[in-house]
Amino acid sequence: MANYSTNEFRSGLKVMLDGDPCSIIDNEFVKPGKGQAFSRVRLKNLKTARVWERTFKSGESLEAADVSEQNMQYLYNDGEYWHFMEPDTYEQHQADKTSVGDTALWLREQDTCVVTLYNGSPLAVAAANHVDLEITETDPGLKGDTAQGGTKPATLSTGAVIKVPLFLNQGELVSVDTRTGEYIGRAKK
Amino acid sequence: MSDNSDVPIQWRPSASHDALIKRARLLAQVRDFFALRRVLEVDVPVLGARTVSDPHLDSVYTELPQRYLQTSPEYFMKRLLATGCGPIYSLAKAFRAGDRGHRHNPEFTLLEWYRPGWDENQLMEELADLLVSVACVSHETAQRVSYRDIFLATVNLDPHQASLAALAELAGDVAQRDMSDESRATCLDVIFSFEIEARLPPGVVFVQDYPACMSALAQLGVDACGVTVARRFEVFLDRSELANGYFELLDADEQRRRFQSDNQQRRAMGKPEMLADEKLLAALEAGLPSCAGVALGIDRLLMHLMGAEHIAEVIAFAD
Repeated sequence: MANYSTNEFRSGLKVMLDGDPCSIIDNEFVKPGKGQAFSRVRLKNLKTARVWERTFKSGESLEAADVSEQNMQYLYNDGEYWHFMEPDTYEQHQADKTSVGDTALWLREQDTCVVTLYNGSPLAVAAANHVDLEITETDPGLKGDTAQGGTKPATLSTGAVIKVPLFLNQGELVSVDTRTGEYIGRAKK
Repeated sequence: MSDNSDVPIQWRPSASHDALIKRARLLAQVRDFFALRRVLEVDVPVLGARTVSDPHLDSVYTELPQRYLQTSPEYFMKRLLATGCGPIYSLAKAFRAGDRGHRHNPEFTLLEWYRPGWDENQLMEELADLLVSVACVSHETAQRVSYRDIFLATVNLDPHQASLAALAELAGDVAQRDMSDESRATCLDVIFSFEIEARLPPGVVFVQDYPACMSALAQLGVDACGVTVARRFEVFLDRSELANGYFELLDADEQRRRFQSDNQQRRAMGKPEMLADEKLLAALEAGLPSCAGVALGIDRLLMHLMGAEHIAEVIAFAD
């Protein structure tokens, strides 16, 4: 892979650091009076999602990371792995629990999601920002309670538990923001 | 036609109209300030056959003609000073390749002036006067502190006496990287920029008596503690570095040695060596009057006046 020098560092660039693929968050140029210039860089480790802050001398370089993001269709879970398919080539990829993480709570079969590939293998999976899921279990709805702000827990078809308004019933479809896990509204079947 | 015809071309200036007005006013105020004090404005070349050898400054090279865009007007101004022209200032563009960030643009506006017969203390007084007249700061709030005292107060290390190992350890801590192979000057710079600068008092702060290893083009002197220091100062305005000044080096032989040591460092860093500016050396041999000089970043000063976060907000068209 290519190398990137500090003057090419920019937000979103994927580089290798300490053996792990990282994404550059931001890069601040620091130059004292007459001295050596530095880049203070914040990077997100794409494996652990931890944020690192590092300092580089101007002109130092990092190896590019073979990281790409692809839209893929989620197929199924076999108990151990989650299987995804590239829509154009029908090529399939399997992702383990580490790379799928909490996103598993939002994956509905046939839905499109973003799979981050590192050296050709899934590193992380992100669901669409909004997904529509069915309520599989909740207390019965209270008619006429639409104006009140109360909520109750509801289990969704993926196993996620979210808070929903009191009037909703089992079997209804709700729209959820996957970044916050919050109920957005009712969805049409 | 561009391939991305749906992406609008960004042709508008990066600075607001208000910033352009403030810039024009500031430039006029600076010129008035020096006209009243009978300091002559000089308009020296931006294209030079030679350029600075400082290993941390990269010049822009132009192919046709084969010239360097000057990183500061210093060498030309010193050749004028050697003719006995008296006090002079330049208010013009300077260029530093690779300097790019919130407070850096590769092309910027530099105010540089020289006072024959003055030392750095007199020049600091005049710089404070300038800031009072153009930046609405009050004289009483301007502070002076030695490089040693600000180090002792902030990180409890004496920058002149501490061992290189101790400096490298602290620099490594603040930069979160291995600094054990770095020079004394680089370790000091890291500690200053990363740890001390943000903790300077607000307002105008002059930092003076730099370590001898950071003398650049300043003469060496002995401070009250008997330690050899560089007669160099920097001024910070609300913790942002604004200007750098010297009691200027006059000795042609010492200047030639510094050219050589710069080039040694350049070789070690894998950078091209720079031919010594023989015309500057000849001017020094003919005799540069004892003088103090300082260079001030006009864009940084404008950022302060505007409360700008990014230098692009004060430059009509930032690079």
